[in-house]
Amino acid sequence: MTWHPTSRPEISRRRWLQTATVASLTTLLKGGSTARGAADPDVLAEQAARVAVVQKCAPSVVAIFGPGGGGGGSGVLITPDGFALTNFHVTSGAGDFMKCGLNNGELYDAVIVGIDPTGDVALIKLFGREDFPVATLGDSDQLAVGETCYAMGNPFLLATDFSPTVTYGIISGLHRYQGPAGTFLEYTDCIQVDASINPGNSGGPLFSAAGDLVGINGRGSFEKRGRVNSGAGYAISINQIKHFLDHLRGGLIVDHATLGAAVATKDDGSMVVTNILDSSEAFRRGLRVDDEIASFAGRPIRSVNQFKNILGIYPKGWKLPLVYRREGRKQEIFVRLRGLHRQSEMTLQPPERPAEEPKPGDKDQDKGRKPGAPKPPRPAGRGKPKPPEQYAKFLVEKPGFANFHFNQLEQERVLRGLAAWGDFKTPTGAWKLTAHAVAADLPAVFTLADELCGLILADGQQAFAQETNAEAKQGDEPPATGGLLLALHQLRWLLAKGPQAFSELYYAGSEPLDGNGPLVDVLATERFTARTRFLFDKQTGELIGFDTERDEDVDPCEVRFEGIAEFQGRKFPKLLIVRHADREYGRFELRAANWGDA
Amino acid sequence: MPSDRLWDACVRAAIWGLSLVLMCLVAVAPAQQSNAPEEVTPSPAEAPAQSRQQRVIEQVSRRVVKIFGAGRLKNLYAYSSGFLVSPQGHLVTIWSHVLDEQEVTVVLHDGRRFAGRIVGAEPQLDLAVLKIDAEDLPCFELDEAVTPPVGARVLSFSNMFKVATGDEPVSVLHGVISARTRLTARRGVFDSAYNGPVLVVDAITNNPGSGGGVLTTRDGQLAGMVGKELRNAQSNTWMNYAIPIAELKTAIQDIISGTFTPKSNPLEAPLSSPRFLPIDFGLVLVPDVIQRTPAFIDAVLPDSRAADVQLKANDLVLFVNDQLIQSVRMLREELARLEPGDTLKLVVRRENILIPVELTVPETARKPRKRGTEPEASSDDP
Repeated sequence: MTWHPTSRPEISRRRWLQTATVASLTTLLKGGSTARGAADPDVLAEQAARVAVVQKCAPSVVAIFGPGGGGGGSGVLITPDGFALTNFHVTSGAGDFMKCGLNNGELYDAVIVGIDPTGDVALIKLFGREDFPVATLGDSDQLAVGETCYAMGNPFLLATDFSPTVTYGIISGLHRYQGPAGTFLEYTDCIQVDASINPGNSGGPLFSAAGDLVGINGRGSFEKRGRVNSGAGYAISINQIKHFLDHLRGGLIVDHATLGAAVATKDDGSMVVTNILDSSEAFRRGLRVDDEIASFAGRPIRSVNQFKNILGIYPKGWKLPLVYRREGRKQEIFVRLRGLHRQSEMTLQPPERPAEEPKPGDKDQDKGRKPGAPKPPRPAGRGKPKPPEQYAKFLVEKPGFANFHFNQLEQERVLRGLAAWGDFKTPTGAWKLTAHAVAADLPAVFTLADELCGLILADGQQAFAQETNAEAKQGDEPPATGGLLLALHQLRWLLAKGPQAFSELYYAGSEPLDGNGPLVDVLATERFTARTRFLFDKQTGELIGFDTERDEDVDPCEVRFEGIAEFQGRKFPKLLIVRHADREYGRFELRAANWGDA
Repeated sequence: MPSDRLWDACVRAAIWGLSLVLMCLVAVAPAQQSNAPEEVTPSPAEAPAQSRQQRVIEQVSRRVVKIFGAGRLKNLYAYSSGFLVSPQGHLVTIWSHVLDEQEVTVVLHDGRRFAGRIVGAEPQLDLAVLKIDAEDLPCFELDEAVTPPVGARVLSFSNMFKVATGDEPVSVLHGVISARTRLTARRGVFDSAYNGPVLVVDAITNNPGSGGGVLTTRDGQLAGMVGKELRNAQSNTWMNYAIPIAELKTAIQDIISGTFTPKSNPLEAPLSSPRFLPIDFGLVLVPDVIQRTPAFIDAVLPDSRAADVQLKANDLVLFVNDQLIQSVRMLREELARLEPGDTLKLVVRRENILIPVELTVPETARKPRKRGTEPEASSDDP
């Protein structure tokens, strides 16, 4: 049979598209009458669906280039004001300012926002529109092996008009683990596809059969066939990225997490703790060597790879549930995860394109190499290309941050939630909070001044004090609270002195409240050695509690609020719930407040 | 296989909108389904078709195993794939260096690990049959294997790149049969041992660790065993192919029943043999005694191709087809890589003069030889 590659399919497709709008499923079931001789109606239906998905998704796909137009990779827009996801190994090669092309043929300027070097994710922001076409974020946990998927992007930098190249295939595997390849980037719980992923696809979207964004394509198993697709491409799951999205929007260099304990699979298939840091929170919550890990973050654990997989999708500092088994008894604990890397490791730029040069014969090196397009080395120091003038103000460099400008924006947004409580800044004197300790049924009076905080319980039968200056020892006062007086001092400092009064203050992304609650925004502060994380409701913007750590590796004093009432013209929580080391210390019901007005 | 048919029946029931309850009824009453039709009517709707394919993939994946064995040396990976062919734990895989151990580790779909031992092998078919001590395993029925026509849509299941190690399912690729042909391929400098019919696929199915995986139809019917990584002997490109089960079935069944007499003794037969040796050109090289023995010509046979171009004893071979030659071993490798009819360009040094010469490669490659008759590496140049 002769096949006319140019004319025939075009005609049949057009005919199909005309009829598709009116054709119902039942007419299709009659079988092949509309396009007999051309193709099976099922095939045409599938093709039409495919075309529709591509048309729906393609406008959100970004072709990313370095400032000089060289190098490049792919990305995908996720908000109408221009935030787009890509790979860290794309932006690290392209520099802080990029040029981004969309399939309308237009080129836009873009700036780096936040980076996740371990997870190989970066967030950038395109300028110039408030109505960018966006991809719909899907749920990658709902994918099944065998499902159709589409990879879009700019492989081999083919698209001179910026319209993405589309490859499609099936989901070949789920929850795959691809360990570090020469660098510290690690693909955990990732999606394996047989759609072609080639150099230049890096950072581009993986869409589900329905056209939802389910992953960011970033790696492939490349072996001796050269740096081209060899049937196994890997995408970072969108569900992992969702955990980091607020961090990234805050201009942070985000880190992944570790439990602070080593695990191994025993002969009987169980997963046990083989080593644990006694400075880790897991240890303080009671986890010990030989305990069997049953589940983590709500997912059952059956292998080390699986544990690494689940651990790898969470940011440093998140508190998550862990169930362990000891002598047949199950115990659930909540553990705040430690950072995978030291601060210094995260601040330093990783070596440029570390896995770029294949080492002949070194298979492990080759395996899982990143399909980034060849890029010019990033100019260092004074050789940096000048940013476009009108956008230069959108980049604020600060050690520890990818772009502090975006952190300032998030700080402003979160701090607006405090404004509703009223003006605490005008008063100059000490706070006096008259409260009632609920369980103990005792009166409690807190006095919070600039350099000294005190608590008097039961009309003077018990008294506690905490100095709050540079020389003072930041103690656990009252004992077994984790430092309640120090903690309340931080709250007063934020309300009365303002954000500038802290030695450090930054937006720290979001986290699930107390390990299993809704996501809350986190504002982190430092004053002397005390670190505080103020927690804000994402919906209402209201401050709902805070945790203060006196020092590193000690359990914080956790204060949660319930109910808001007006005290002397200012709003304040009616009930303060104080917890420390997984135990509730007490509840204080506020009866009256004096804010130190002159 | 009854359980297969049962699944098919269940899936069909779902497609046609029968209730879950009915599915359960069907599941406990297999006899009622004994006259179920062989062919599944293609489903018109997208969603059931997808879930049906997912069901097929899940069912096939359960019958594919990960094999871990010898290797780990440079360029030798220590893993491959296999598939179960009996409920008692017989499994089929490729005959490869991974099996060069007393026992290999076989990991099932559910993460259970077993010691696998070789029951039998037929190197000419690239075939080995292993046995693990287990029972009631999900397996393929060899008698139900099919050979799909060119153009048929297929799935390939294997543990390529060792992506799965425990209870994770193996990787699945999709593609079509692009050709049914005879294999003319080679592995490194050697011809492949198997040169029978193969199913060529348009997906990149033959990767490290893929060998011993399965090729199935979209309905999950067994069609072939994914072969080892080989290059096409003509084009030098990597091949994606599977050996049809029809070619392997008798040998597998005979090995399992204990009635198998191998055409070649797996312990004696080499995997394959070099295509061209220096002697084919009339060249006798100096004995290969150190790591990098310089590629000096020890003698030139009279009336040989080398003699025709006036090569002489004590000439040092510096280049073969523009490739710098650093040792006798490297020269042998380069010669072995040649194709019949190629032009062989040599540059030799003779008393500080560089002399380029051109030879024609013989039209026929040498026949694979049994290990017993194959000359030792340093003794074929007398």
